[in-house]
Amino acid sequence: MSRPVTLFGWFDAASAASGIAVSRTTSPARRRAFAEAVAAWILAGPAVFLLLGLFLLPVIGVLLIAFTDWQFGAGSFSFVGLANFREVFADHAFRASLLNTVIYVLIVVPGTVAMGLFIALLIESGKSCRAFYRAVHFLPFMATLTAIAIAWEALLHPTIGLVNQTLAAIGLPTSNWLRDENTVLAALAVIGIWQNLGYAMVLFLAGLKSIPQDLYDAADVDGADLWFDRLRTVTLPMLGPVSMFIVVVVTLRALNSFDAVKVLTQGGPGHASEVLLYTLYRESFEYLRTGYAAAIAVVFLSIVVTLTLVQARVMDRKVHYL
Amino acid sequence: MSIANNRLSPLAGILRHAVLLLTGGLILVPFVWMVSLSIKPPGEVFRASLSLWPAQFYGVENYTKALTEAPLLRYMGNGLLVCAAVLVLQIIICAPCAYALAKLRFAGRDLILGMVLIGLLLPHQVLSLPLFVLGYLLGILNSYTALIFPYVVSPFGIFLFRQFFKTIPDDVVHAARLDGLSEFAIVWRIIVPMALPAVIAFSIFSVVAHWNDLFWPLVAVRDQSLMPPPLGIMVFKNEEAGNDYGPLMAAATLVVAPLLIAFLAAQKWFVEGMTGGAVK
Repeated sequence: MSRPVTLFGWFDAASAASGIAVSRTTSPARRRAFAEAVAAWILAGPAVFLLLGLFLLPVIGVLLIAFTDWQFGAGSFSFVGLANFREVFADHAFRASLLNTVIYVLIVVPGTVAMGLFIALLIESGKSCRAFYRAVHFLPFMATLTAIAIAWEALLHPTIGLVNQTLAAIGLPTSNWLRDENTVLAALAVIGIWQNLGYAMVLFLAGLKSIPQDLYDAADVDGADLWFDRLRTVTLPMLGPVSMFIVVVVTLRALNSFDAVKVLTQGGPGHASEVLLYTLYRESFEYLRTGYAAAIAVVFLSIVVTLTLVQARVMDRKVHYL
Repeated sequence: MSIANNRLSPLAGILRHAVLLLTGGLILVPFVWMVSLSIKPPGEVFRASLSLWPAQFYGVENYTKALTEAPLLRYMGNGLLVCAAVLVLQIIICAPCAYALAKLRFAGRDLILGMVLIGLLLPHQVLSLPLFVLGYLLGILNSYTALIFPYVVSPFGIFLFRQFFKTIPDDVVHAARLDGLSEFAIVWRIIVPMALPAVIAFSIFSVVAHWNDLFWPLVAVRDQSLMPPPLGIMVFKNEEAGNDYGPLMAAATLVVAPLLIAFLAAQKWFVEGMTGGAVK
C-alpha cells in the first residue's frame, strides 16, 4: 500500500476531498494515476509554457515571417510566397556570405579535428603531465572570444603585431591580415581553430579512454609491438564513430561563428569575411529587412537542423561501439 | 592504460613533451601577448619589439584607465547578475520538468519530450528576430529582463537533468512518498541534491555560455549601463579606435580572467560541463 502522489503537502487534503467525490466511480489505482498526471503537469507546466513561448512559437514565427513582406514596425504585411528566398539567393552579398561560411567551415573543421586528434594522441601516449597539457590546450575554449579577439587583432597588427614581426625576422612575406580580402578569412579561421581544438581534443580523449584494453592486448599478441602499429590497427579504427560525431559538433560550432567577425572585421573588407550569422544579424537588426532576414534565418536553420540530425544518427550508432 | 602501455621509449617520451610544450606554447601566445601589452606604456606598444616585459612598468596606469574610462566593473557586475539570474531560473524551471519526464507517468510526456528535443535542435540566433519582436511587444527591451528572458528555460538543462534523474532508482522516489513527501518536496529535497554533479555541470555550461555571449546582448540592450562584458568591451574598443592598446588589453584581460581562473581551479568539472552530454 503506497501513499497517494501529491504535489505539495497541503495537496493531501485537496486530493482526499476530491477523492471522496470520485471514489464511487473510480478505483484507487486510477485515482493515483490521475493525481500523478496532475502533479506531473504542474511540475512541467512552467517549462512547457516557456518552451512554447520562447522556442516553438518563435521558430514558427520565423518560418511565417520568411514568407511575408513584413518590416519591423510596419502595421500590415502580406504573404509573398518564395519572393524573399528568391531575393536572398539572387543577392550578391548573401551568396558571398554563404560561400565564405563554406570556406571557413572547410578550413576550421579539418584543422580543428586534426589538431585535436593529434594532441589527444600525444597526451594519451604518455603518462606524465596529462592534466597540465589538457588544461593548456583547453584554455582558449574557455576564453571570452570578444575579448581575446582584441588580443588577436594586436597579434595580427600590420606593423607592431607579433605575427608580422616574426615573419619579417625570418624573411617571409607579411600581410595586413584582417584588412586584406585574400587573407582575412584564413586569419579568422586560424582564430576558430585556436579556440575549438581543445574542445575536439577533450572529446577525443574521452573516445580514447573508452577503447577496451583487451583490443590492445590482442594486437600485442598479433605482433603489433610498435606504438604506430597499435595506432593503425586499434586506435584509429576504434575512434571512427567518435570522429564522425566530433566532425559534426565542430562543424556546428564553426557555423555559429559571429563574435570575431563582429569585433574584428564587420564582414569586411568588402564582403570578404561576411559569414551567415553576421549577415543574419545585420539584415535583422541593422537594416531591419525583417522578411528578408527571416528567410536567411530559415536557410541557416535548415543547414543546422540537417547537421544535427546527422549527429543524432551518429550518436545512435556510437552506442554500439562505446 | 590504452595506447600508452608504458612502452614509450625515453626518446619518444622526450619528443612527446617537446611537441606538446611547443603546441601549448603557441596556444598561450594570445594570452601572453594580451597581458604583456596590458602592462606596457603607449610608447613601447608602438615600438616594434618582441620583448614581453616592458622597460617601464605601466600596468597600474593601464588597469586604472580600463576601470575608470570604461565602466568595466559595471559590465562585469551586469554579467554576473545576468548569469546568476539565468542560472537560478533555469534550474527552478527545468528540474521539476525533468523530474516529471524521468519519474512520473502521465499523458503528454512524450509530447513534452518532443518539445524539448526540438528546442535542443534550434540554434538560438535563429530565434533572435521573433524574440526581439516579443521583447518589443512586452516593452522589456533595453533592460536586464531583456537579457535574461530568452534563456529562462533551457532544453539542454531539461534533457541533461532527465538523463541524470533516470539513473536514480525508483525505490528512492517510492520511499520518499511512503515518508509522506509531496512530489514538490521530492524534487527539491531528494532528487536535486542527489543529482548535484549534473547540476554543477549544467551550471558551468550555462554560466560560460552567457558570460561569453555577444549576439543577444547586442540585440537586446543599448544602454551602456546594462551591457555585459563582451558587449561592453566591444564598445570600449570602438571608442578607443584601436589607438590605446594598453587599457584595452587590460580590460580584455580582466574580462577573460574570471572564467580562466575558475577553469584552472576546477578543471575536471569544467571539462565535464562544457562537453556535457557529448561525452556520455
